[in-house]
Amino acid sequence: MTLPLLMFFLLAALAVAGAVSLILARHPIRSALSLIVVMVALAGLYLLLGAEFVAMVQIIVYAGAIMVLFVLVIMLLNAGEEERTNLSRLAGPPGLLLAGALAAFLVTAAARSGQFIAAGGSEAPSGAVSTRALSGLLFREFVFPFELTSFLILVAILGALVLAQRENS
Amino acid sequence: MVPTSYYIILSAVLFGLGIVAFVFKRNVITVFMSIELMLNAVNLAFVAFSRALGRLDGQVFVLFVIVVAAAEAAVGLGIIILIARQRQSLNVERANLLKF
Repeated sequence: MTLPLLMFFLLAALAVAGAVSLILARHPIRSALSLIVVMVALAGLYLLLGAEFVAMVQIIVYAGAIMVLFVLVIMLLNAGEEERTNLSRLAGPPGLLLAGALAAFLVTAAARSGQFIAAGGSEAPSGAVSTRALSGLLFREFVFPFELTSFLILVAILGALVLAQRENS
Repeated sequence: MVPTSYYIILSAVLFGLGIVAFVFKRNVITVFMSIELMLNAVNLAFVAFSRALGRLDGQVFVLFVIVVAAAEAAVGLGIIILIARQRQSLNVERANLLKF
């Protein structure tokens, strides 16, 4: 087994273990920590795929900013262990069945399309070239969507401010 | 070289686990986190296809998805704080104002 394949299986196992731990954990803070494990494992997979810039953005924005926001809200609301009701137990089996069916469908579709994907395969550009080409693409071809995202973030900031302010002010 | 289909299968498995978490978890914050997990699974598929096709458009889309996820987290957590204030609970079953 070659080193990239070994790394892939190691990181994939880490990501799946983190996702399973997110489901099994009763306390929200444990779910948040397992989600961070998934994100770091995915960043490693991006490095393996030759997408260095995306890997760094994944660590900085996802694990660094978004998850800190989640953990902060969990602390702010003093979230405890989740309670189980009869309805939530009832929803279990059909939900598991449907999710399993969807994942099985996606896996078979991916496995069947393997030869099509392999046909178009080519060597990934190396790190510095890849990041340079990415920024060129982002600031030339995708410059309008890129500017729109700044507008989206502005609207999100305003929305969060309006939602979180006190009602009597 | 790791075959691209391995990455796609891992992405599908993570997406399925995200759906399971979305259906099973009763805490609003954890339900929201499972959405983030599904977005991450889709990002992995984007980057894998980007390498397989030798084009970088997929990575640009991943950046956009991350931006949208950040905006969604900011607004969504604001809504969660409001729900927690109104209902004094983080259980999704208590957030039933729109329920018929």
